Amino acid sequence: MVLAMAPSLPGLLAAATSKVDLLVFVASAVIVLAGAIGVIVARNPVHSALMLVMTLFGIAVLFVAQEAHFLAAVQVIVYAGAIVVLFLFVIMLLGVDRQEAVDQDPLQGQRPTAIALGIIAFAQLIILGGTANWATGNLSTAGQAGGVGSNVEKLARSIFTRYLLPFEITSALLVIAVIGAVVLARKAPAEEGPV
Amino acid sequence: MSLGGEWYLALAAALFTIGAVGLLIRRNVLVMFMCVELMLNAVNLTFVTFSRMLDDIGGQSLVFFVLVVAAAEVVVGLGIIVSIFRRRAAATADDLHILKG
Repeated sequence: MVLAMAPSLPGLLAAATSKVDLLVFVASAVIVLAGAIGVIVARNPVHSALMLVMTLFGIAVLFVAQEAHFLAAVQVIVYAGAIVVLFLFVIMLLGVDRQEAVDQDPLQGQRPTAIALGIIAFAQLIILGGTANWATGNLSTAGQAGGVGSNVEKLARSIFTRYLLPFEITSALLVIAVIGAVVLARKAPAEEGPV
Repeated sequence: MSLGGEWYLALAAALFTIGAVGLLIRRNVLVMFMCVELMLNAVNLTFVTFSRMLDDIGGQSLVFFVLVVAAAEVVVGLGIIVSIFRRRAAATADDLHILKG
């Protein structure tokens, strides 16, 4: 009688897993949103950059929660490790870490208009997401994301077979970006007049 | 994995909106650039969520390419910002009105 009343072990496990999933999601969502708001309200650009790191870590946790392990690692290494450090280097080199005069509004009423537009856009996104058929179509057309096998293996198989040409083109893009950065950062010749 | 993808999509929408509003209300070029990164990350989260919902690895491959393009964009963008700041010590986007007619 007691055994019949008790919930089954798989059911208990599933309930516990769903609670953990919800907890992880809520914690990461709070971190992501707090970091994002911190980026746009911090007066000092250095603080904005640190808040950006917080948001990126939260996104990486959400990637892990959705079984995208490789992308979570790349997110931390590339974004938090390289891009934010690049931002901080530029802030340091330019010495622009002075506080922004947020009190004065050069364009009258721009800030309230921007916030109102943002709220409207968010409401539209939520309404569209709730009413439109945004998740239709065939499953696994480019290969399975779940199932057996590791995430890295599946992603590598996808990139190196189906998306091989785009992958090769990204190498050209990176070379072009590096050359462009070098050309831009080069000291300008003296005969050029001031711009 | 039991939490529905709708929650992730709503969070991505909120993150995208915050990035867009930040792009509109901030004057500092570097902070505006960080807001662009926020929007890119919101889109990446959407891609990964749909990848899970449709059980399709293509979404994750696309996030990989978005990451590469974002890295290239940051390198070139920061190069442009450095070269602008070298010629004129302007901290805000309002000071860059050379092209104004």
